[in-house]
Amino acid sequence: MAAKAAATPAHWSDDVFREMKARDIKTVCTIPDGGLTQLLKKVEADREMRLVTLSTEEEGMGVVVGQWAGGVRAMVAMQSSGVGNCINALGFPAAYRAPCLMLVTMRGQWGEFNPWQIQMGSAVRPALEAVGVRCFPVEKPDEIAETFAAAADMAFNSSISAAVLVSQRVIGAKGFGQK
Amino acid sequence: MSKAPAKSAPTSNKLQRRPFVAELMKHRGSGLVVTGLGSPTWDLFAAGDRPDNLYSWGGMGLAVPTALGLAMAQPGRRVLALTGDGEMMMGIGSLGVVADQAPANLAILVLDNETFSETGRQRGLTGSRVDLCAVARGFGIRETMLVTEASQSSELADLLFKAPGPILAVAKIALSEDPWRLPEKDGAAIGRRFKISLGLEKP
Repeated sequence: MAAKAAATPAHWSDDVFREMKARDIKTVCTIPDGGLTQLLKKVEADREMRLVTLSTEEEGMGVVVGQWAGGVRAMVAMQSSGVGNCINALGFPAAYRAPCLMLVTMRGQWGEFNPWQIQMGSAVRPALEAVGVRCFPVEKPDEIAETFAAAADMAFNSSISAAVLVSQRVIGAKGFGQK
Repeated sequence: MSKAPAKSAPTSNKLQRRPFVAELMKHRGSGLVVTGLGSPTWDLFAAGDRPDNLYSWGGMGLAVPTALGLAMAQPGRRVLALTGDGEMMMGIGSLGVVADQAPANLAILVLDNETFSETGRQRGLTGSRVDLCAVARGFGIRETMLVTEASQSSELADLLFKAPGPILAVAKIALSEDPWRLPEKDGAAIGRRFKISLGLEKP
């Protein structure tokens, strides 16, 4: 069993966490999602990082602006349904020309079993793009490190809003987020 | 049987927002102030423009989350969120986030005229049954203060700028006709000036 465990490939959240650390991201605001479980555990366990549990996702746009104003790099992690809660609030970092990096685990696509997720899941990308957020979809686990890195660099270096959209194909491939 | 919503009664609030805020800001010291959109932004600007004022012209509901993010990033500085009752109600859940993070350097002052005064003085939710101090305590913010008299200003200033946070105070302000006092509205300019004042960007 030990040998089998050792042979298990790294989870995609390992890649994201490594890229977060490399960019000195100190704060992760979240309404959790099943697909984010492993990443959020890593953030919580890291002594240099802080997990901020929100009551609704749009609060994250305020927290990242406050962090930016105070010189700290922060991001928001949420399920795709939370994107709908953020639309007006996404104008806030944009108006300050503050970076807003989002990690979104998708629902409502790639084999979704819950019909209540379909509408928002289908609207995530057009809704984000309508309010000026650059979207970086990830369809395969081996794409996530470079995609997250590119989105994060663009967000922090060019001071824009960027969303990494992690497909259910990725989450499901590792058995997370699916019942 | 359910009761009808409480009718808006003519407010008995006495505090005059502009002199009240101006008096409080005399005690601000090196404190950073984040405003909610609308009148609190005009009030802070009227009290005296400073580079460490983080004004906002939008993002209703985000004043407290923004001040929280700033307080976490700058634990050595006092941070005040100055906002209105409608803005606070829209972001009311953020009081739970504040309580959970428990920043000792964060205070919130709600200028409560029980009215959406910017949009035509429609009645708000805090005039009859909603008690924001009780709500804040319910969320776990232990230190609250209700202010109804100008004579409480000194005690309020001590609470907002010196006492261990997080703190929420509600000031019952009158409806008033105040001259427009509009600060810079380019968010990038507001943010850049603010960060320069903290030494985070070069002038």
